Amino acid sequence: MLSNQEVAEELLGKFGDQVYDFEEPYGLLTLSTTREEIIPILEFLKEHKTYQINFLTDITGVHYPDNTGKEFAVVYHLHSFIHNFRIRIKVFIAEADIHIPTTTGLYASANWMERETYDFYGILFDGHPNLVRILNIEEMDYFPMRKEYALEDATREDKIDALFGR
Amino acid sequence: MADIELLPHNVPAQSELPELIEELTTLNLGPTHPATHGIFQNILQMDGEKIVSGEQTIGYIHRAFEKIAERRPFYQITTLTDRMNYCSSPINNFGWHMTMEKFLQIDVPKRAQYIRVIMMELARISDHLICNSILGVDSGAFSGFLYVMQKREDIYEIYEEVCGARLTTNMGRIGGMERDLSSTALRKIREFIKTFPPVLREFEKLMSRNRIFMDRVINVGPISLERALSYGFTGPNLRAAGLDYDVRVMEPYSSYEDFDFSIPVGQSGDTFDRYNVRMEEMWQSLKIVEQALENLPEGPYYADTPEYYLPPKKEVYGNMEALIYHFKIVMGEIDAPIGEVYHAVEGGNGELGFYLISDGGRAPYRLHFRRPSFIYYQAYPEMCKGSTLSDAILTMSSLNVIAGELDA
Repeated sequence: MLSNQEVAEELLGKFGDQVYDFEEPYGLLTLSTTREEIIPILEFLKEHKTYQINFLTDITGVHYPDNTGKEFAVVYHLHSFIHNFRIRIKVFIAEADIHIPTTTGLYASANWMERETYDFYGILFDGHPNLVRILNIEEMDYFPMRKEYALEDATREDKIDALFGR
Repeated sequence: MADIELLPHNVPAQSELPELIEELTTLNLGPTHPATHGIFQNILQMDGEKIVSGEQTIGYIHRAFEKIAERRPFYQITTLTDRMNYCSSPINNFGWHMTMEKFLQIDVPKRAQYIRVIMMELARISDHLICNSILGVDSGAFSGFLYVMQKREDIYEIYEEVCGARLTTNMGRIGGMERDLSSTALRKIREFIKTFPPVLREFEKLMSRNRIFMDRVINVGPISLERALSYGFTGPNLRAAGLDYDVRVMEPYSSYEDFDFSIPVGQSGDTFDRYNVRMEEMWQSLKIVEQALENLPEGPYYADTPEYYLPPKKEVYGNMEALIYHFKIVMGEIDAPIGEVYHAVEGGNGELGFYLISDGGRAPYRLHFRRPSFIYYQAYPEMCKGSTLSDAILTMSSLNVIAGELDA
């Protein structure tokens, strides 16, 4: 059984201060890195002889509009079947420079997951073979999952947040 | 005379040959093709009967669940999960409830866990039953489907008895079940356990060793384990390729560690293996239902979590505290803690994951569904490349792509 401590130390030893913000919410090792290091880290975990964290469970995006300079997060969930070990890696990027390298070179499954993230948030995955919208129509000219697009009609006054306890 | 080249007698002279143009046919398989069993499109490039390449277009029933979820109180999100894999909605419902329970650190009583296991395994049976019998229909064997359909109806009647709905079940609540198993429900489940094996055996007899069926599905749409893992396969499709990954065993939830069952695996990852894995999984699920029903513990069927579990109506009318909680829940005035959690369950098609980020409000800050169909359906063009159209349809059918889960 692989421990969070062990993997965290190994990553710190290999990548130094490029990996930071280690956390363990509900026992799942979570860390952040920069977009320059994300591919080397994923590659390192995949090729690691003992860890074999070589299954990409999920890629998704999150929008934090108030987090200036780090408005978007791309979240990777990885899994090692050998050790039944999960890890979550976050990369924060700025809205002004919304680029991140693609992981399609490592995992075939990343293709649609990155397209979905692009579709929802407009995050550009550099090097992606076919970065077009997947769920929404191609003519759409905005990225609907961003927080500035309220779900309800903004002009309605009978559904303001205050009435719903928010 | 020496210049003249003699031609074989049946070949016309060179000048008379019409110019051959290599041309591929574009074929639209879907969006409303009967074999897609849902709304999604495959644009195939065909060379005669052979598929050269394919591209999928999805999103026809995209309902922006992840966006809607950011506005809804936690207990109202269950109805969104119903509509993902609608062939096995209870698994989605409980998956979401268990995510919330993990997030709020609620201990669910054993009885509720066992009831959930029963319902989830029945859902798995109905999911696989449809997948395999439709595979039969798509390969031309219609009768098997008609035989087993009645049993799916029986499962839906059990759902009806447990939660009142058949397809979009909204079963269970955060903290347990909305009501205990009634005596009618128990009777119906017992009846099902007794009447299902003969029907499934009959179906098996009809299909599994049927020479025509075997010739139709063996080596159709194979995928190697390596490619399957790269494409993010999980569930029966991954197990057919040869890896025994099952969330129920790897990370047991809802007391799955109490039950004795085995995980069937295939070898070649072809349509026949996928069929066989699903077939065996139904037997295993039935075994789990039997065990759960036999050892069904007594006790409460919901946890003591007044902030999330709607109090019984009788108490709402007669008890101040219950009335307050009822009001707070219904009006969505309960603030969740801050944090993030990922929880996965073994859905009908594989690892169904819920990634929840909460900023401490009444609704999730971000909720992402890891939908197994969405992830593994990418592999489809690779799997049917070079095969005939009729084989490609069987491949799609055996992948059990559910449009609702594809688009979310």
